[in-house]
Amino acid sequence: MNKKVPEEDKTIKLLSRTNTFTWQLHDNMTIVLFLLPAFILLSIFLVYPIFRSAYYSLFNWKGFGPAVDYIGLENYTRLLTDNIFLKAVKNGILIVIFSLVIQLPLAMGLALIVGRNIPGRAFFRAIFFMPYVLSEVITAIMWLILYNPNPRRGFLNAIINIIPNLEPQAWLADTRLVLPAIFVVLTWKYVGFHMLLYITGVQNIPRDIEEAALIDGVNSRQMVTHITLPLLAGTIKTSIYLSIIGSLQVYALVWIMTRGGPVNASEVMSTYMYRYSFVRFELGYGSAVAIIMLLISLTFSVIYLRLTRKAEYVT
Amino acid sequence: MRKITFIFILTALVMLGSICFSLSALAQNEPVTISWWHIQTETEHRELWQDLADQYMAENSHVNIEITVMENENFKAKMTTVMQSGEVPDLFQSWGGGTMNDQAEAGLLKDITEYLDKGSWRETFSEGALGVYAYKGRNYGVPRDMGMVGFWYNKELFAQAGIDSPPETWSELFDVIQKLKDADIIPIALGEGDKWTGAFYWEYLAVRIGGEEAFVKAATREGSFTDPAFIKAGDKLLELVEVEPFQFGFLGATWADESTLMGNGEAAMDLMGQWAPGSFKENSIDGLGLGDKLGWFKFPMIEGGVGHPDDALGGGNGFVVGKNAPEETVDFLKYISSVESQIEQAKIGLSVPVVKGAEVGLTDPTLKLVQQGAADAKYFQLYYDQYLPPATGSVVNDAVQGLFAGTMTPEETAQMIEDSAAREIR
Repeated sequence: MNKKVPEEDKTIKLLSRTNTFTWQLHDNMTIVLFLLPAFILLSIFLVYPIFRSAYYSLFNWKGFGPAVDYIGLENYTRLLTDNIFLKAVKNGILIVIFSLVIQLPLAMGLALIVGRNIPGRAFFRAIFFMPYVLSEVITAIMWLILYNPNPRRGFLNAIINIIPNLEPQAWLADTRLVLPAIFVVLTWKYVGFHMLLYITGVQNIPRDIEEAALIDGVNSRQMVTHITLPLLAGTIKTSIYLSIIGSLQVYALVWIMTRGGPVNASEVMSTYMYRYSFVRFELGYGSAVAIIMLLISLTFSVIYLRLTRKAEYVT
Repeated sequence: MRKITFIFILTALVMLGSICFSLSALAQNEPVTISWWHIQTETEHRELWQDLADQYMAENSHVNIEITVMENENFKAKMTTVMQSGEVPDLFQSWGGGTMNDQAEAGLLKDITEYLDKGSWRETFSEGALGVYAYKGRNYGVPRDMGMVGFWYNKELFAQAGIDSPPETWSELFDVIQKLKDADIIPIALGEGDKWTGAFYWEYLAVRIGGEEAFVKAATREGSFTDPAFIKAGDKLLELVEVEPFQFGFLGATWADESTLMGNGEAAMDLMGQWAPGSFKENSIDGLGLGDKLGWFKFPMIEGGVGHPDDALGGGNGFVVGKNAPEETVDFLKYISSVESQIEQAKIGLSVPVVKGAEVGLTDPTLKLVQQGAADAKYFQLYYDQYLPPATGSVVNDAVQGLFAGTMTPEETAQMIEDSAAREIR
């Protein structure tokens, strides 16, 4: 209600405001400067290519010269009605489910065992973690040799040959066995990584909580179900997230071991995309596959992050 | 049309420019580097190329030749990315046909027509083989090899199974398979994981059943890949798959696995092109291969088929020149395509020669059969995946795998190929 503001006050206010303003400007400049390198790199190598792919996905384009044959959404309609692509999506989902119900519990089990003070735990940890350190290409080639159907060359069939009543299997050449066979390799390779995540989580649980529980007389099973697992919730959420995204994008292992074959039995979205883009030269169509893959992963990420964040508020 | 004329004028200008430029380069002997990509991973073959390059470099001290050796499948994969970036090598492996046409259309290759017409270079090649590397009347490369697919077989294993002579008809082939199975020998080695390996069967069956007419009609869109000849080819292939002549787990095996089986004398037959003996040797445990034990026979005739039993499915290898290749590249290409070089290549079984007069270098009796077979063919069918646009060629290979796995019917296979052909061939 005071209409007359003393001159002094005004100047002080003005001064302080310009002051904060310059400071804010200063801060913002610093932020911008620090963000700039990452922003530029991301824009050039991530954002721009995504938009470029989206653009190309509207063309019948072979990758040579400029894209001129505009066909609208035809690539997408063809893609979403293609049985092989749907099979690739199905296989992707199967790998996700397998990962969640087999790989992660296995990793948790291992973490609970070797996370404790048992003799030789450093040794076992190293053993379980080692596959993760190998490159995917080396892993794939190694397992290719193990899976060789010829009992004289493939280790697995050589062993099976010794055991009576067991028949050698064609593994990667059998349309029914190929996906489980690949999943075994995926598990072998990535279980160590998730195990390590869990071990870190277990070690972050304060000792005194466990001690308090012990004083209250819990047995070791109750300790796991009532203390360890609930306190690992955050870690588990992260590992589920990484596992799903990783499963949806698995590529090198499958491509090297089977190229999505035999007859698309182990096809996943990424091998399908590679086949169309770089074997058949249908880059427009391949771009459409890439965009769909991006949308699937993005939608999942957003929903998952929303859901888990809500859950955190509740607890 | 105007666009094509424009491209021609442009290439002509570029070439004129590069000629002027390289003339001045020659005068000053400015160092140039030629990048050369080939796919001869076999020791002997790789070394011959290296020797030729070394000799050329010794004679032309300003030229430096950088060789990159790649395995077949890796080369194809690498080329696709290289083609898109436009950074093509100066000299590289090509099979001609649809893939090369696409590359030429995109302006990634150098037109070497003039060089062929200068002097008598063109006349040194056999005409048919050279034509594979031409597109719309312009030449982009030259062949070094032309051969055909046929059955390679192990004479010793045939004798063991009590087989006196190689089969000539489809039903005789089945007798042979049965005898081999009775003798506990793998009748046929196949690396169907690579797909092109098994596609030969379907393509050959189509050649035998439908002849030239069926394919030409389908490829020119006058007919269709769902025409009876192609369906019947699928039926015949299923007959073969049903008697299980292939090694255990062939669906996931590669060409390397296939040639290992042959090279070590574990399988009796293999349907493959002229490069097979080199691979058998390279992939055998003793490094010697089959030697004299190796025999060759033509794909059997099909009772009631239209195609002539001499008709051949095949193709060859050659080198094409990249768009930015220095002048010396063509000179070097000429150098490695000389009669002397071709004789050397023939001697070690690297090439079934295409330069006239180099046949004398062919000492291997089986390769002589291949060369004779290709020369005798009334109709020479280039591999589908080379002749057709790359997308359709790749679909042929994928679709035929479905037959081998028993997951697709002959009709579905034909339909899948037809769908792609309808989209790609315009």
